[in-house]
Amino acid sequence: MSAETTATDWPLFEVFIRSRSGLEHKHVGSVHAADARMAIEHARDVYTRRQEGVSIWVARSADIVASDPAEADALFEPARDKVYRHPTFYAIPDEVKNL
Amino acid sequence: MSAAAPGSGPAPGERALRAALFRYVLRLGDTSLVLGQRLGEWIGHAPALEEDLALANLALDLIGQARLLLTYAGEIEAEGRDEDALAYLRDAPEFLNLTLAEQPNGDFAHTIVRQWLLDAWQLEVYEALSASADTRLAAIAAKAQKETRYHYRFSSGWLIRLGDGTAESRGRTQQALDSLWRFTEELFSADEVDERVIAAGIAPAPGPAAERWRQQTDRDLRAATLPRPSAQPHPWYGKRGVHTEHLGHLLAEMQHLQRTYPGVHW
Repeated sequence: MSAETTATDWPLFEVFIRSRSGLEHKHVGSVHAADARMAIEHARDVYTRRQEGVSIWVARSADIVASDPAEADALFEPARDKVYRHPTFYAIPDEVKNL
Repeated sequence: MSAAAPGSGPAPGERALRAALFRYVLRLGDTSLVLGQRLGEWIGHAPALEEDLALANLALDLIGQARLLLTYAGEIEAEGRDEDALAYLRDAPEFLNLTLAEQPNGDFAHTIVRQWLLDAWQLEVYEALSASADTRLAAIAAKAQKETRYHYRFSSGWLIRLGDGTAESRGRTQQALDSLWRFTEELFSADEVDERVIAAGIAPAPGPAAERWRQQTDRDLRAATLPRPSAQPHPWYGKRGVHTEHLGHLLAEMQHLQRTYPGVHW
């Protein structure tokens, strides 16, 4: 790998894979790529070699807006003592999958 | 087969067709095997981790195709040779791959140009073969066709990026094109083996496929802003067993283990 050809010149893309129809896309990792088309190909070659998916989304990592870890207390602590928000008080019918 | 009583063996025409089919299937299988082995040489050396995996994926598809084709060739021959015997226990003059497939990797542009020329060729061959009168070959081709579509997407995408890229990437790609172009005449040339399987409805006539290949590669070269090489390609005879010196070195590495420890398993 010579200096002018390292993939660090390429922007980072986050990869999301849908494992099968009906399920949501899940974040699986990231790839370097020159553009979106190459990012799809790299995601296919890196993350779907073992039949992991039927659909791929990629998004530039720079375009993702993240919450500030310093604000974690304010954002997430207030939910901790409100267990009544969990739907565990309901019986889930057997026919409902993937809940 | 040769021990059959007079009159009970296959008719001479049938025997000749089987012999031609054996060689035709070997040509396809050997081309995939040798190209797959070449791509495998990139593992650990590609310009980026993602490309390393991409090239390895292509290599594994090609070796998978070779396994199916060599297994079938061994059954046609009916002399007890399986895929491993054909892959590991033949010498260079018995390999019938296209000469282009055995050319060394060179730089990344060189590998991409070789891949793109052969992907465009395989696309035509497998598409036509998926409607072959030989149902076994048709099934193998139908599977390989899907793989090849991705290979072509990958290699043509890179050809266009490199050709229409920086001065350096363009220069290297043009150089690769000029150096590999001479091997393209062999892709669609037909000899007596081809003629026989074409006549039996097993293989496609080369004319229309060659024309589509030319149009497709022209489109890609325009998109890559690269001029088509003007030099006339030479006849090469890899598919008749006459190879460049590169194949022997490739086989020495590929066959080393089986030749040193015959029948070894792990």
